[in-house]
Amino acid sequence: MKKLCCLLLLGLTLPAWADRLPLPPDTPASYPAECGSCHLAYPPALLAAEHWKRITDTLNRHFGSDASVPAATRQEIAGFLLRHGGNPARIGSAGEPPRITTSAAFQRKHREIDPAFWRDQRVHSAANCEACHTQAAQGRFSEHDIAIRELRH
Amino acid sequence: MKRSFLLALFLVSGGLHAETPGQILQHYASEAGKTQPGFTASAQRGERLYRQAFSIAEGMPACTSCHTDAPTRTGQHAITGKRIQPLAVAANSERFTEPAKVEKWFGRNCREIIGRPCTASEKADFIAFMSEVR
Repeated sequence: MKKLCCLLLLGLTLPAWADRLPLPPDTPASYPAECGSCHLAYPPALLAAEHWKRITDTLNRHFGSDASVPAATRQEIAGFLLRHGGNPARIGSAGEPPRITTSAAFQRKHREIDPAFWRDQRVHSAANCEACHTQAAQGRFSEHDIAIRELRH
Repeated sequence: MKRSFLLALFLVSGGLHAETPGQILQHYASEAGKTQPGFTASAQRGERLYRQAFSIAEGMPACTSCHTDAPTRTGQHAITGKRIQPLAVAANSERFTEPAKVEKWFGRNCREIIGRPCTASEKADFIAFMSEVR
């Protein structure tokens, strides 16, 4: 009976965990300052450490932009991202160069989204988490918080 | 004693980082004055720079590509779609108050959008426009 209760409790809490990705307490101030202006300061668990390494090694060619930062800052941000990278088996392949939005985990989570929505003016780009997940900056990605009514399930 | 020490520390750190847009403009204007004697910042020239299409970066021809035609409005990053707080001082009192941040974004955005670093006179003109636009 006790085991069943635990199992039930686990079943209830697990989906909620997967939707909650707040920035870790040891997030350096440089991370939101340097990486959170042009896009959301993405939760590090959305890519694996190896992916973050590729990204932080090539900031001078960052998806069409030169996003270089001073060497000491780069080291601080890279250390943080590598420390908190997500489970590689769950994230799967993320493409080359690695992107959160082309990772197997992202694709799996968003498989029900009509491709037309990614091009919708309100969304603009799949990288724009906050267009739909209004609480993304607080690390909340629950389907219940989705701003665009047509996308709610 | 401890309190006065903390107060002094606060004043020193505050003095290092927080300035008014006018002070930051003045810093660039006096730098520009070294090579152009009698230089005065011009909001009109700043506006021209803001609106000019350079067409260097794909999908981001001008400052307006992300910051919109009206810098008093909230912008949107042309590639990622992220919201960008207004650039105009009238709409966003935090703009042009941290010298290091101002210099960092001139550094990044001038290289990316204009294809070269901005001159001190261009930076002064730009801040003059952003301080005046309503």
